[in-house]
Amino acid sequence: MSEQSILKAIFGRLTFESFPIHEPILLITFSVVVLGGLGVVAALTKFRLWGYLWKEWFTSVDHKKIGIMYVILGIVMLLRGFADAVMMRLQQALSFGASEGYLPAHHYDQVFTAHGTIMIFFVAIPLVVGIINFVMPLQIGARDVAFPYLNNLSFWLTVAGAVLVMISLFVGEFSRAGWLNYVPVSNLQNSPDTGPDYYLWALQIAGVGTTLSAINMVTTIIKMRAPGMTMMKMPVFCWTAFCSNILAVAIFPVLTAAFACLMLDRYVGTNFFTNDLGGNPMMYWNLVWIWGHPEVYVLVLPAFGIYSEVTSTFTGKRLFGYSSMVYATVVITILSWLVWLHHFFTMGSGASVNSFFGIATMVISIPTGAKIFNWLFTMYRGEIRFELPMRWVVAFMLTFVVGGMTGVLLAVPPADFVLHNSLFLVAHFHNVIIGGVVFALFAGIDYWWPKAFGFKLDPFWGKIHFWGWVIGYWVAWTPMYVAGLMGVTRRVRHLDDATLQPLFVIAAVGALIIAVGIAAFVIQIVVSIIKRDQLRDTTGDPWQGRTLEWSTSSPPPAYNFAFTPVIHDLDAWYDMKNRGYERPVTGYLPIHMPRNTGAGVILSAFALMLGFGMVWYMWWLAGLGFVGLIATAIGHTFNYDRDYYIQPDEVARVEDERTRLLGAGA
Amino acid sequence: MSALHGNHHGEAHSPDLHGHGDTHGHGSRKGYLIGFALSVVLTAIPFWLVMTGALHNTQATALAVIALAMVQILVHTVSFLHVNTRGEGGWTLLAYMFTAVLVLIVIAGSLWIMYHLNNNMMAMTAGEMSNGM
Amino acid sequence: MATYAMNGEAAANPTFYLAEEESHDHAHSGGGTMIGFWIYLMSDALIFASLFATYGVLSTSYAGGPSPRHIFELPLVAVNTAILLVSSITYGFAMLAMEENKLGGVRLWLAITALLGMGFVGVELFEFSNLIAEGATPMRSGFLSAFFTLVATHGLHVTVGIIWIGVMLVQLSQRGLHFENKKRLMCLSMFWHFLDVVWIGVFTFVYLLGVLR
Repeated sequence: MSEQSILKAIFGRLTFESFPIHEPILLITFSVVVLGGLGVVAALTKFRLWGYLWKEWFTSVDHKKIGIMYVILGIVMLLRGFADAVMMRLQQALSFGASEGYLPAHHYDQVFTAHGTIMIFFVAIPLVVGIINFVMPLQIGARDVAFPYLNNLSFWLTVAGAVLVMISLFVGEFSRAGWLNYVPVSNLQNSPDTGPDYYLWALQIAGVGTTLSAINMVTTIIKMRAPGMTMMKMPVFCWTAFCSNILAVAIFPVLTAAFACLMLDRYVGTNFFTNDLGGNPMMYWNLVWIWGHPEVYVLVLPAFGIYSEVTSTFTGKRLFGYSSMVYATVVITILSWLVWLHHFFTMGSGASVNSFFGIATMVISIPTGAKIFNWLFTMYRGEIRFELPMRWVVAFMLTFVVGGMTGVLLAVPPADFVLHNSLFLVAHFHNVIIGGVVFALFAGIDYWWPKAFGFKLDPFWGKIHFWGWVIGYWVAWTPMYVAGLMGVTRRVRHLDDATLQPLFVIAAVGALIIAVGIAAFVIQIVVSIIKRDQLRDTTGDPWQGRTLEWSTSSPPPAYNFAFTPVIHDLDAWYDMKNRGYERPVTGYLPIHMPRNTGAGVILSAFALMLGFGMVWYMWWLAGLGFVGLIATAIGHTFNYDRDYYIQPDEVARVEDERTRLLGAGA
Repeated sequence: MSALHGNHHGEAHSPDLHGHGDTHGHGSRKGYLIGFALSVVLTAIPFWLVMTGALHNTQATALAVIALAMVQILVHTVSFLHVNTRGEGGWTLLAYMFTAVLVLIVIAGSLWIMYHLNNNMMAMTAGEMSNGM
Repeated sequence: MATYAMNGEAAANPTFYLAEEESHDHAHSGGGTMIGFWIYLMSDALIFASLFATYGVLSTSYAGGPSPRHIFELPLVAVNTAILLVSSITYGFAMLAMEENKLGGVRLWLAITALLGMGFVGVELFEFSNLIAEGATPMRSGFLSAFFTLVATHGLHVTVGIIWIGVMLVQLSQRGLHFENKKRLMCLSMFWHFLDVVWIGVFTFVYLLGVLR
C-alpha cells in the first residue's frame, strides 16, 4: 500500500487543507475557543471538580439537573448562534455597491445556515426541553420522569449533535444549503464537501435525543400525575408541554426519514432528491416541512404555557378561561399538521392545494388569538406585579401580535407569491420566534431560577437584559419588514442598490442593542451568583406561586416531595395554602429513586465518533462508533440494578433543615 | 370538558394496583388463533386476486386489495397488539388513532401535493427524463 | 369540583398528601414502560409513513429502468408473508407461555420466532441480491431507491427484533421470568406484531398494487 492510501484509510478525506488556517476570522475564533477551553479544563482540574461533575451532573438522572444542563447548553449555543447573527448584520450593512463586505460568499452561506440550524435545534429546543424537564415533574407532583436514564441519554445525544456542529467551524466546512439543508444545493454534485454531512449527522444524532426525550415527557404526564390531578386539573404549562411533546414524537420521525433518504443519496448514490434518474427534490421540501411547521408549535406551545403560568401568578388570579386554553392547545396540535404547504405555496401545486393550505393556516390563528384574549382577561382587574417575568409577558403580547398578523398576511397565497423568500418573511418568523419563544424562555428562566437555585436573579441587570432585547428586536427587524416589502430577498450577501443601505445599518444597530441585552443577561447571572445571599429565598415560594413546584424547597430535594401530594384544585398550591395545609414533619418513609449511570455519556461519545467518522469517510472510526453504540446499548440492558432507596433518616435530615429555614424566615 | 373531567382520580396510578403481576390484556390462546386464522385468510385472498387476476378488472382488484389490507391491519391491531379501550386508561387507543390520522395526513397529503406539483410543473414524460436532462 | 371533596371526606379538612406510599414506588421504574414503548412505536410508524409517502411519490419514476411488473416475484413475497405471519403466532405462544410462567415454553417459542425471522430476512436478502444482479439496483431510479429503502427499513427492524430475541434468551437463562424480563418480553411482543402490521402495508401497497399497475 502506498503512503497515500494508508493516510486515506486512516484519515478519510481529512487533510491539512481541511483546517481553515488561511481564514483569519476562523483562526482567531479558534484560538479564543481553544484558549478558553483549556482555561476551563485547567480550572476544573485545579479545583478537582471533574469527579464532582461526573458523579453529580454528567451521570445524573435527576430531571432537575438534566433540565439545568439543557438550559446551560442552550445558553452557550445562543452565544454562538448570536455571533453568527451579528456577522450577517455586519456583512449586509457593509456590502453595498462597490464594497463586498468582509465575508466571502462560501463563508457567508455557512454563517446563515449555521445561524438557523443552531438557533432552532441547539438553542430553542434545548431551552424548551430543559425548562419542561425541570418544571413539569414538579408541577405534576412526581419524583422524576418516567424514564430517568433515557432522559440523561437524550441530553447527551443533543450535546453530541451540538459538538459536531461546533467541530465543523474549525474542521472542514458546514452546510451552505440553508437551515433545512435544502436540495438541490445539498446534493452531492452541488456540495461534494463535508458541509451537508456535518449537518445531517449532527441533526440525526440530536434528533434521536429529542424524540426519546419527547416520548419520555409524554409518558411522564400520562402516568405520573399526583393523585387527584385529572387532566383538567393539570397546570396549563404541563398541558402545553404535553401537546408540544406529542407533536415532537410525531414529527421528528418524518425529519429522520427525510434526512436518511438524503444521506443515502449522498453516501450510496440513490436517487431520492436528485435532479435526474427519477429523483424529486420537491419531495424533500415536502417532508422537511411536514416536520417544520409543527416544529414551530413544538417550540411555541410551551412558551404559551410559560406565559400562562407567569400571568396567573403575577396577577394573583386564576388563569382566565383555563379550559378554552386547553382546547386551543389541543386544536393547534392537530391543525398544525394541516398547514405545511404554506412554506412552498410558490412551488406550483396549483389553486386547489394552495387554497386548502392557505385557509387551514388562517384557521390556526384563531385558537392562538383566543389565547391572547385569555391572558388579557387574566390581567384585567388583577393586581399586576411587574416583576421580571411579567415584563416579558407584556413585551410578548405587544410583539407577538404583530408577528401573528404578518403571518396571516403571508397565509394568503397571492400575497405569498409576492413576499415569499423575502426579508418580510424572515422578519415575520423572527417576530414570532423572538417575540413568542425567546421572550418566554427568558420569562421562564427569570421565573423558575429561584426554584432551581434558591435565590432570585438580579432585577437591575434583568431590566437591562429585558430592554436590550425588546428595543433591539424592534430596531433590528422593523427595517427588515420594510426592505422585504420593497423586494429584498433573503440569504443575500451583497446588494447593488445603495439607497437600501440605511435600512441595513439600522438593523445592524438593532443587533448591537440585542447584544447589549445578551451581555446583560450573562452579567445578570454572574452578579446574581455573587450576590446570592442578598437575593436568597428560603420559603421556596418567592412569587406567591399557585402550582405545586412552589410547595417544595428551593432548590428542591433530590426526591422533590417528601410525601406525594394529593390534588383537589387546578391551582393546587394556592388551594393548599388557602385551606390550611400543614407541612408534615414526621413519619417519613424510604423513597425509591433511580440510580445514576454513565451509559448516556458513553453512548453519546460513540454516536459522536460515528458521526465524525462518517463525515470524513474515516470508516474505521465510524465502524468503531457503531459497534460501540450497539455493544453499550445491549450491555446496559444487563444491568438490572438501577434503583435505590433514600432512607427515612436522610429524608428527615433534609426536611428538618427546611423546617429550620422556614422558621428562621418567618 | 366532561370527557376529561370524567376520569377517576386514581387514573394516573392505576398500574400500581397491579404491582409486579401486571400481565393483563395479552390475549388468550383463542384470541391469538382466531386472529391468526383471519389474517391467513385476509392475506391469501389479495395474493390470489392479484396472481390469478380473478376479477378481470385492475381497478376493482386494487380496491379490494386495499380494503382487505385495512381489515387485516385492524385484525392485527386487535388480536396481536391487543389495542382496546381499556388499555392504559384509553391512552393506547388514543395514541393509535392519533397516529393513524397523522399517517393518513402524511401519505395522502404528500401524494396530493406532489401529484399536483408534478402535473403543473413537469411537462416531460418519464421517458424524456431518463434521457439525461 | 374535586373528586376528593365529594368522596366522603370533609371538604374543610382535605388530605393534601399521601401519608403512606401505596406502592407508588414503581411508578417511575416500571409503570410507564408499556405506554412509553407504545408511543415509541407510534413514532416509528411515522418513519414508515414518510417512507411510504416517498415511495408513493416516486413509484412511477422508473427513469427508463425496470418497473414493478418486471422485477417483483409474487410467489417469493407470498412465502415471506407466510413466514412472518407464522412468526407472529409463535411469538403469541411465547407470550401465553409467559403468562403460565413456563420458562421452557417461552424460550422454545422465542427461538422458533427468531428462526422464522431469520428466514424472512434471508428470503429478503435473496430477493435483493437477485434484483441487484439483474441491474435493478437502488441507484438505478427513484422508484428503486424508494423501494429498496422502504423494504430494507422494515427488514432492518426485523433484524433488530431477532437480535433482541437473542439478548432476551440470554437474559431469560440468567434471571428467568423476572418482572423486568416480562416487561421486556411484552415490549418485544408489541414490536414484533407492529412489524407485521407494517408488512401488511408493504406487501399490499408495494408488491400487490405494484404488479397491478
